[in-house]
Amino acid sequence: MPAINLAKAPQPASTNPAQIRNFCIIAHIDHGKSTLADRMLGITEVVDSRNMRAQYLDRMDIERERGITIKSQAVRLPWRSGIDGQEYILNMIDTPGHVDFTYEVSRSLAACEGAVLLVDCAQGIEAQTLANLYLAMENNLTIIPVLNKIDLPAAQPDKFAAELAKLIGCEPEDCLRVSGKTGDGVVELLDQIVKQIPAPVGDPDAPARALIFDSVYDTYRGVVTYVRVIDGHLSTKDQIQMFSTGVRHEMLEVGVISPEPVVSKGLGVGEVGYVITGVKDVRQSRVGDTITTYHNPTKVALAGYKDPKPMVFSGLFPLDGAEYPMLREALDKLQLNDAALVYEPETSAALGFGFRCGFLGLLHMEIVRERLEREAGLSLISTAPSVVYRVVQDDGKEMIVTNPSEFPEGKIASVFEPIVRATVLAPSEFIGAIMELCQERRGTLLGMDYLSEDRVEIRYTLPLAEIVFDFFDQLKSKTRGYASLDYEPIGEAEGNLVKVDILLQSEGVDAFSAIVHRDKAYAYGVMMTTKLRELIPRQQFEVPIQAAIGSRIIARESIRAIRKDVLAKCYGGDISRKRKLLEKQKEGKKRMKMVGRVEVPQEAFIAALTTDADVDKAKAKK
Amino acid sequence: MNEPLSFYIHIPYCVRRCGYCDFNTYTPAELQVSEDLTKISNNHIDLLIAEADLARASVKTSAPIPTIFFGGGTPTLMEPSDLKRVLQHLEDKFGFAPDIEITIEANPDTVTKEKLAALREIGINRISFGMQSGVEHVLKVLDRTHNPANVSKATNWAKEVGFKEISVDLIYGAPAESIEDWQTTIRTALELPISHISAYALIVEAGTKLAGQVKRGEVVIPEDDQTADKYLIADESFSKAGFDWYELSNWSKAGSECRHNIAYWVGANWWGLGPGAHSHVDGVRFWNVKHPAAYQDRLTTGAEPIQEREILTEEQMASERLMLEIRLKSGIAKSSLTAEQLDALESFRIGGSLDPDMWAAQRVALTQSGRLIADRIVREILL
Repeated sequence: MPAINLAKAPQPASTNPAQIRNFCIIAHIDHGKSTLADRMLGITEVVDSRNMRAQYLDRMDIERERGITIKSQAVRLPWRSGIDGQEYILNMIDTPGHVDFTYEVSRSLAACEGAVLLVDCAQGIEAQTLANLYLAMENNLTIIPVLNKIDLPAAQPDKFAAELAKLIGCEPEDCLRVSGKTGDGVVELLDQIVKQIPAPVGDPDAPARALIFDSVYDTYRGVVTYVRVIDGHLSTKDQIQMFSTGVRHEMLEVGVISPEPVVSKGLGVGEVGYVITGVKDVRQSRVGDTITTYHNPTKVALAGYKDPKPMVFSGLFPLDGAEYPMLREALDKLQLNDAALVYEPETSAALGFGFRCGFLGLLHMEIVRERLEREAGLSLISTAPSVVYRVVQDDGKEMIVTNPSEFPEGKIASVFEPIVRATVLAPSEFIGAIMELCQERRGTLLGMDYLSEDRVEIRYTLPLAEIVFDFFDQLKSKTRGYASLDYEPIGEAEGNLVKVDILLQSEGVDAFSAIVHRDKAYAYGVMMTTKLRELIPRQQFEVPIQAAIGSRIIARESIRAIRKDVLAKCYGGDISRKRKLLEKQKEGKKRMKMVGRVEVPQEAFIAALTTDADVDKAKAKK
Repeated sequence: MNEPLSFYIHIPYCVRRCGYCDFNTYTPAELQVSEDLTKISNNHIDLLIAEADLARASVKTSAPIPTIFFGGGTPTLMEPSDLKRVLQHLEDKFGFAPDIEITIEANPDTVTKEKLAALREIGINRISFGMQSGVEHVLKVLDRTHNPANVSKATNWAKEVGFKEISVDLIYGAPAESIEDWQTTIRTALELPISHISAYALIVEAGTKLAGQVKRGEVVIPEDDQTADKYLIADESFSKAGFDWYELSNWSKAGSECRHNIAYWVGANWWGLGPGAHSHVDGVRFWNVKHPAAYQDRLTTGAEPIQEREILTEEQMASERLMLEIRLKSGIAKSSLTAEQLDALESFRIGGSLDPDMWAAQRVALTQSGRLIADRIVREILL
């Protein structure tokens, strides 16, 4: 029986590093990582079958529903090797799987000596998995290639074994074959983790150095910080210190997760666990930072710490202006758990009071918005996402623009926009469609490689702004859902960019302004003016709708004046009914936003700011 | 206070229901009765008389009745002798003003000259025919059975038997009605011996057969702009022929305005007898239970047939006044409006919706194009 009775297993703070194996699982969103993790929890008997539930480690509803992991977790699994019969402690570090969280992934990887590369053998490797694999290889991790879902009728293990072998430079037969669902091959996988992945190495007598690879806010406990001890020792007796800030904290609790928290005396070299210090905000306990002890601090921080930098900005406004304080409160609360989220108050003439928020990427933005709506019960309207532009004016003055409405009016010498290196993996039949899309989005082809006979990796540089605007949706629809995308920022480039304003009766509507490439300005103008003509009800007077670059009109539409707004009949029985109807309509008028003299229903704003892809998604949810 | 009380008398029966109609009316099939309507008629009149007694007990006026209006449904389905019984009872209990106006709605298909004579005989002095359209294919879309020629026959009979006040109801904006169709209807109506015209833009009411047809795409409602044009055409043609507008949807020869309807619009007191009928007495609105069977139950067990009462607040009364008065040619007295309300009207005045002469005479009254957006204007000045 390879599982070990928990009470008899090696205990935290007194486990020999040689008995420890730290690993993570690199996998694409639906390639079965959570199911495999569930299976490992079961086989190592840290969770008995009575308490088992699907996606055991994913805490938030939103994770379970979308099948993605946002916050990583670390689980201590005792295991007796079937190969040498010795007792081991396996620390499984669950990594977030999405492109927006690359930095968090890199810190999780830095806490491990090895990685299980998990690939669905009906689908093959995906772009983000590939990106994370490269990250793992850069971190010198031992890679164990594993093909999952071998129980599926559509499984093609031989094909994808060849693909993996080519990628990581091993033999196809080195790829393990498992089924997270049935449990096939999982025992062998655990044994191979022990055999192949090196034990952690560190100096137990050196000043303590522990890497923060995750930091989670808990309503009852405050911030729970996940660490991997590199050198020295952390114990409850210590006062600890954050290397980046020098701030000292009391150590209230140390422990491991197995998979519920288990308090321990401390954590030694190579061990993975959590510390609680009473800190109330994850920004004081940042991923990537080094924890040391106050009385015997290290002089050398662990490499790789950096502040997360928002890449995408959007305005979030409550549909009901009265909910503004609730939105503020909800953002404050969310930030406790999300060091990457930044926001500041923003006032829009059209949308009222709200916040300009910065996100790591589109998924991050979607998750934040969804959590605000779900957890705080808010109804929000968000403006079109924008990237960070650097604008140099003719007089040499330079400014950073994250909101089109801040784009300077005067003469502009140059505008720089962020550029990413994008990798698309897809069946080769879609090469044409993908290249067409990337070309259309101002991309430059960097190269293309065949991963196998019929699968390609296509690399492009693209302006981030182009990706932010429904690129992923387009990519999915042009490839029948087969393509996957990863991107990383690689700098900035000058672009021929202009701000397009939308005017109603000659009044600008800030929420509809956009910074776009000059060649696309006309298309944007026509799209918005046409959309608005459909959405805005007829007014007492004719309303011209214009799109303009500066003072130059590039597109125009108009809404004819209303001619009939009266009910023909009003006799005895109609009077009460009609009065109530008018009162209701009057109430409805209060929800109208005034742009100059034009009444614009809130629904028109929402619809105008919604892309067709959003509409399709909303339909799909129903 | 000795406000006079007008009466509306509801006859909730029709031989068949028209596709656009959402009135409180019932066909024999809907009532699941096999006997002819005569028996129903007799019984219904007894109930109306019982309710009239309740009205007498609750309204303390000593003023005689100024107007009575038989509406429906199809009031002409009732025997004139039965209608006479209600009239007699009301006259006994309240008294009739010497110039009392007594109107009945009539279906041009089901009246005979003899019937019209009998109606005139019992004291009814104003008759309103549901003409709707003078074009056959429009009548068909409206689900009406009559032949356009019947209207001419019926109105002439009415004139011959001594009716001086004859009105027709018209509907415009029905599916498939062209501008030319509407002009034909107007021309046809103006050739009749009438003193009054009501013309209504078709409203597709939820739950009607027509609403179903629209929803299924079987018929298409013309665009509002075309319907607006039709209103303008009607107003021009009617006034050229000597019919002046006095309410948004009503035109008449001088002195032939419907005084009963004006009572609604100036907030006078009236009592509605019959199932579903609405009443207004001194700032209280109330209405009866809708179904004839429920109505009968209430009255035969000695209970009042009122389903609900609404006591209007000062503000609601003011809102109703604005909403109703703005539809009248006389409009609203500027002195009754706040500075804020007058301010809100400014853009409409500049936009040509308010009559400049009336404005100068301290009244807010609508121009032709203003009438077409009356509801929008009211929303701006509603309290």
